[in-house]
Amino acid sequence: MTSLLNRIFGRRNKGSGATAKSRLRFVLHHDRINLPPERMEMMKREILEVIIKYLVVDKERVEIDLQQRDRSHSKLVAELPTAPGQGSPLRAQMAAKAASPDAMDANSA
Amino acid sequence: MAGRVITITSGKGGVGKTTATANIGIALASQGKRVVVIDADIGLRNLDVIMGLENRIVYDLVDLVEGSCQLRQAMIKHKKFNSLFLIPAAQTRDKMAVSPDDMVALTDELRQDCDYILIDSPAGIERGFRNALEPADEVLIVTNPEVSAVRDADRIIGLIEAADKGPGKLLLNRLKIDMVNKGEMLSSDDVYDILGLEIVGIIPEDELVLSASNSGIPVSLNLDSKAGMAFNNVARRMLGEDLPFMKLDAKPGLLRRLAQFFGGN
Ligand SMILES: Nc1ncnc2c1ncn2[C@@H]1O[C@H](COP(=O)(O)OP(=O)(O)OP(=O)(O)O)[C@@H](O)[C@H]1O
Ligand SMILES: [Mg+2]
Repeated sequence: MTSLLNRIFGRRNKGSGATAKSRLRFVLHHDRINLPPERMEMMKREILEVIIKYLVVDKERVEIDLQQRDRSHSKLVAELPTAPGQGSPLRAQMAAKAASPDAMDANSA
Repeated sequence: MAGRVITITSGKGGVGKTTATANIGIALASQGKRVVVIDADIGLRNLDVIMGLENRIVYDLVDLVEGSCQLRQAMIKHKKFNSLFLIPAAQTRDKMAVSPDDMVALTDELRQDCDYILIDSPAGIERGFRNALEPADEVLIVTNPEVSAVRDADRIIGLIEAADKGPGKLLLNRLKIDMVNKGEMLSSDDVYDILGLEIVGIIPEDELVLSASNSGIPVSLNLDSKAGMAFNNVARRMLGEDLPFMKLDAKPGLLRRLAQFFGGN
């Protein structure tokens, strides 16, 4: 029924034209910043590795995205929800270090 | 007179630059303008045959910049229009025989007594493209509604902007309206959404373009041709007329769609 309505009212069904458009958006997104898709994924993983040294984040909900207004204006937008009720991993590490005699030596040296 | 230099270029090759240059040149001349078209595709001369002037060539662009002939001698007058001239490319020389500065000097001379100087750029991003871009007051980027052509257009638009020649304008060529209506081809709106540049013309796919190149009589001289009409409209828009696009992109009316649906067409 929807397809009949679509045909009568000329609504564009998802033909290969729509696929062409979304594929173009994808390639241009990467062409314009000269960062191919796989390297972008690598970058995101590295960013996340640094962040989790300092913050406990809810990894399931992390979103790092490159937003593009036009050819020459892009920005990297990251949403990194922290996991509730846990301290900073760095502070925990420091506390662990402080408790160990080696760390005490290092500090006094 | 202070002529305007308009460079016609593209990222991908074979999208219709030479066809567009010939037809817009003719359309401007038929509106009474004084026009020189320059074939900057050295080594792959084509504009002469598309315009049906191949048998009149004595000197070419390289002869001209090397000083082997006078400007007038390298300007070939069109058979039908007294105010339209072609400066052909050299066929057997290298692109390096002409520099961007040569092109600026040449066009500065032509500006004195022409309304429009159209430069047919070679495809690609190398010397030939630089030669064509350097003297431009305005750049027309030809593309087809296809992923690869639009992608390459985006790249060339970036280079044009980096050279401070932007923003260019788009000429969308070889649109098949029946396929657009079926959702099987990028529409002009899609191309605009993606590239973000003004579209100055939408030229339909038209078999008469091939017949025209066979005969050396560009399609803009053929009033039965939709592509020819569309090229004439581009010229009129360039001259400042506020013309709507031909009813290419419009979806068929409800009644026709009903008829199509029930008629199984
Ligand atoms: N609107 C159209 N309808 C049908 N055929 C077309 C249309 N426009 C161009 N063509 C055909 O496409 C082919 C390429 O056109 P043209 O030589 O103008 O492209 P070009 O961009 O100058 O190519 P190159 O990059 O090699 O210089 C030609 O065979 C031409 O006849
Ligand atoms: Mg060409």
